[in-house]
Amino acid sequence: MSSINDFVVRFANVNGTGSASANSLFAKSIFRMGVPVSAKNIFPSNIQGLPTWYEVRVSEKGYLGRKNGIDLMVSVNPQSLKKDIASVRPGGYFVYDSTKKLYEEFLREDINFIGIPLMDICNREFSDPRQKQLFKNIVYVGALAKLLDISFEEIEKLLSEQFKGKEKLVIPNVKALNLGGDYIAENFDYPLDFRVERRDLVKDWILIDGNAAAGLGAVYGGASVVSWYPITPSTSLVSSFEKYANKLRKDPETGKNSFSVVQSEDELSAIGMAIGANWNGARAFTATSGPGLSLMNEFLGLAYYSEIPVVLADVQRSGPSTGMPTRTQQSDLLMAAYASHGDTKHVLLLPSTPTECFEMMADAFDLAEQLQTPVLFMTDLDLGMNEHMCPPFKWDDNRKYNRGKVLNAEELEAAQDWGRYKDVDGDGIPYRTLPGTHPTKGAYFTRGSSHDEKAAYSEDSDTYVRIMNRLKKKLETAKTLVPGPEFYQENNESEIGVIFFGTSRYAAEEALDIMRADGLKIDAMRLKAFPFCKEVEDFIDAHKQVFVVEQNRDAQMRTLLINELEVNPKKLIRVLNFDGTPITADLIIEPISALNLQSI
Amino acid sequence: MSYIKPKFEHPRAPKNALGYTRKEYEGSLSTLCAGCGHDSISAAIVDACFELSIEPHRVAKLSGIGCSSKTPAYFLNNSHGFNSVHGRMPSVATGANLANRDLVYLGVSGDGDSASIGFGQFAHVIRRNLNMTYIVMNNGCYGLTKGQDSATADQGSVSKAGSVNNFEGIDMCAIAIELGATFVAQSFSGDKGQLIPLIKAALSHSGFSLINVVSPCVTFNNNPGSTKSYDYVREHNEALSSLDFVPVKEEITTEYDEIDVKMVEMHDGTFIKLNKLHQGFDPQDKLSIINALQVARQKDEILTGLLYLDTESVELNDLIGTVNKPLNSLTEKELCPGSEVLEKINAGLR
Repeated sequence: MSSINDFVVRFANVNGTGSASANSLFAKSIFRMGVPVSAKNIFPSNIQGLPTWYEVRVSEKGYLGRKNGIDLMVSVNPQSLKKDIASVRPGGYFVYDSTKKLYEEFLREDINFIGIPLMDICNREFSDPRQKQLFKNIVYVGALAKLLDISFEEIEKLLSEQFKGKEKLVIPNVKALNLGGDYIAENFDYPLDFRVERRDLVKDWILIDGNAAAGLGAVYGGASVVSWYPITPSTSLVSSFEKYANKLRKDPETGKNSFSVVQSEDELSAIGMAIGANWNGARAFTATSGPGLSLMNEFLGLAYYSEIPVVLADVQRSGPSTGMPTRTQQSDLLMAAYASHGDTKHVLLLPSTPTECFEMMADAFDLAEQLQTPVLFMTDLDLGMNEHMCPPFKWDDNRKYNRGKVLNAEELEAAQDWGRYKDVDGDGIPYRTLPGTHPTKGAYFTRGSSHDEKAAYSEDSDTYVRIMNRLKKKLETAKTLVPGPEFYQENNESEIGVIFFGTSRYAAEEALDIMRADGLKIDAMRLKAFPFCKEVEDFIDAHKQVFVVEQNRDAQMRTLLINELEVNPKKLIRVLNFDGTPITADLIIEPISALNLQSI
Repeated sequence: MSYIKPKFEHPRAPKNALGYTRKEYEGSLSTLCAGCGHDSISAAIVDACFELSIEPHRVAKLSGIGCSSKTPAYFLNNSHGFNSVHGRMPSVATGANLANRDLVYLGVSGDGDSASIGFGQFAHVIRRNLNMTYIVMNNGCYGLTKGQDSATADQGSVSKAGSVNNFEGIDMCAIAIELGATFVAQSFSGDKGQLIPLIKAALSHSGFSLINVVSPCVTFNNNPGSTKSYDYVREHNEALSSLDFVPVKEEITTEYDEIDVKMVEMHDGTFIKLNKLHQGFDPQDKLSIINALQVARQKDEILTGLLYLDTESVELNDLIGTVNKPLNSLTEKELCPGSEVLEKINAGLR
């Protein structure tokens, strides 16, 4: 069975051996050949010595989700050998380091073994011990390029870009690449029955991870204060902000920073600083993951109740507790939506691609300031830490930041009987002032204790209820400001609907294509935000059965929909994946097809 | 105790250099217990700010939770205030300062807020040398929850109910010096003469200034046997120095060549005149004060006055190389790199 541009390659490595850059070189060379590709790291919470995998899916049709079934496994990790051999699909290929013989009992009749003496080749060809180790990775990239018909020219170009300024390093890399290619040419038939063919399917798209995109989005969104505490998988989001800010936000005259980044002592402090900075009129954010969000709950309640904008990026990982820190999940939704004790509700943004990470992160600051409340940017490890092919970033130079209702000195001077928590416009959003604005007007006391419209302490029940109801009204206004859902049909055509969000998008879109090609009518909606706007409600109302696809055990999005929209629970069917790996199309098709067969 | 605060102001009430009267630095009426040490500290803050001629709206006052943290409502009504969550005022103050380095930051906290639930934030705000004045109103107990021992209660101190504290008390000043605080002072709420110049000096310092003020809780910790009662503190107070704050414009007329007097120039050009009451101690010598604090502890003395001052202090914004212009005043042009740059970034990702 021959197939062009449609296969999965998995690499089994030991972490800390330099395999990551070789593997991404492999993926990017396919991208450069104009062929859609998606790559996912499956790695341990460890720095050196444990098994790590890298999975590359090549898809002519542009499906970027994970797919079951490995066509070719590259094994350079003896620790996981048995499992790795077992995971190849029948008829697939197993590429391994043949310097050492494979155990007989691991061998399989139904797959093809391609042995390359990686260690022998490197010991013979390189003298530096570090190079002997590192170039094993490049040798197998060369072998794969030969087997899969990947352009050596593209790989060499990538190598010279990677080592720009260090040209001396290009020569041994190219040598290693050719060593791998030559070994295949001399010993095996090539190319394989599945391989890469040059196309023009990538257009002007870019390849980047969601965290890098979100960090850049924060720079464009005008963030100037970042406070954070290191936690996987959110760390690289702040690193990205810092990297871009160091390039783009230096004062030309003094060389000083027009931003500050503070690594705090814990997540409590990280969110506290972000709130303090926003209170004082700077756009500030923090980034964290589940355990950090747990710690930030109390402060989120304060920001909600005292109406301080703040942006929080939550790059979700598998919980509860420490859980699987390097595996993906969408399991912080309920905690995020209702973070803190007391009655609260928060605005959530649900990006699904790096492009949306860039856009929504920038938009988050506008939303937070317009609404004077926390905005939680909810991504996940798969989106945050894996590179995804996506449309290029765009910025409208005419765009103005929406700083919300902030009174300056002149406006304060003119204001009659201003009160910090008065609902002047009927949208539930009051007018705020910043410290230092006016000598005698606009000062008030921000507090987490009950307060009246003038920010004075009050334990009067009527006052308390009035303020709490206004906050509820403000969240109604939020529904009109957050991004609405994306629909996959102009008009509803089916009694069956499917809802998904975030990174489930990749698998869900593939599943939709397959099911629709099979003649199944199904409507689909991708959520982009919480609280849910009217369109979300209408979509559910318009369908008899609605599947809710998500990556957690307890169907948290389904719970949110039931709770917020008062949907009959029987109407919403769970489609779940929570094993820590990104969801696949198969997992979505199976329950939907099953129900469909039943109903026929 | 709650009365309507009189609005009357004497027409000839003295004005400061900015033309403000003391009244313009006052706050709302305190709801703390009559005789609470905290109210004296609030009054000292009002006096210090008035005398220093700070524009009230250029001050941001922040606090955590507890009796002490209520006090920002009782001073500087023309300043923005922030009553945050328990033990977390330092982080909020840090964020605020990063957003606008031009304001004066005054944090008020208590011993529960700073030495227990917020001990971590207390330590780290000191490490970062945030430019703020941090006043701990230290009464050794949790007043608002009816008198439980706090982490600064001295070992052996007896509570109102008669129980003896078994645990080591935390010395806020010693720990602050250890953590790198650049201005550390200790005082007593009952000693206005000492406290006001200390607050003025702290506000003039560029960097982190701690003033630990022993402030008796009249309701729950003013009993015989308590080491934070008015009587005990009066008896065991050992002033290291008396201090005068000399504003920058004032001419120095007196001769200061006496052996016991030291003039210390502050970052903003003001001076502190220290009359040393103890020999062998120099507030600019860390070792001498660490030693003095240990000795005092053994002798059950409470050392008060300016304990430590680093005039070479570099505050947080300068430590991390932030521009002089407050970040909250940066324009969109300064913040957003624009579409042309973005197109180049896109090109690099293909």
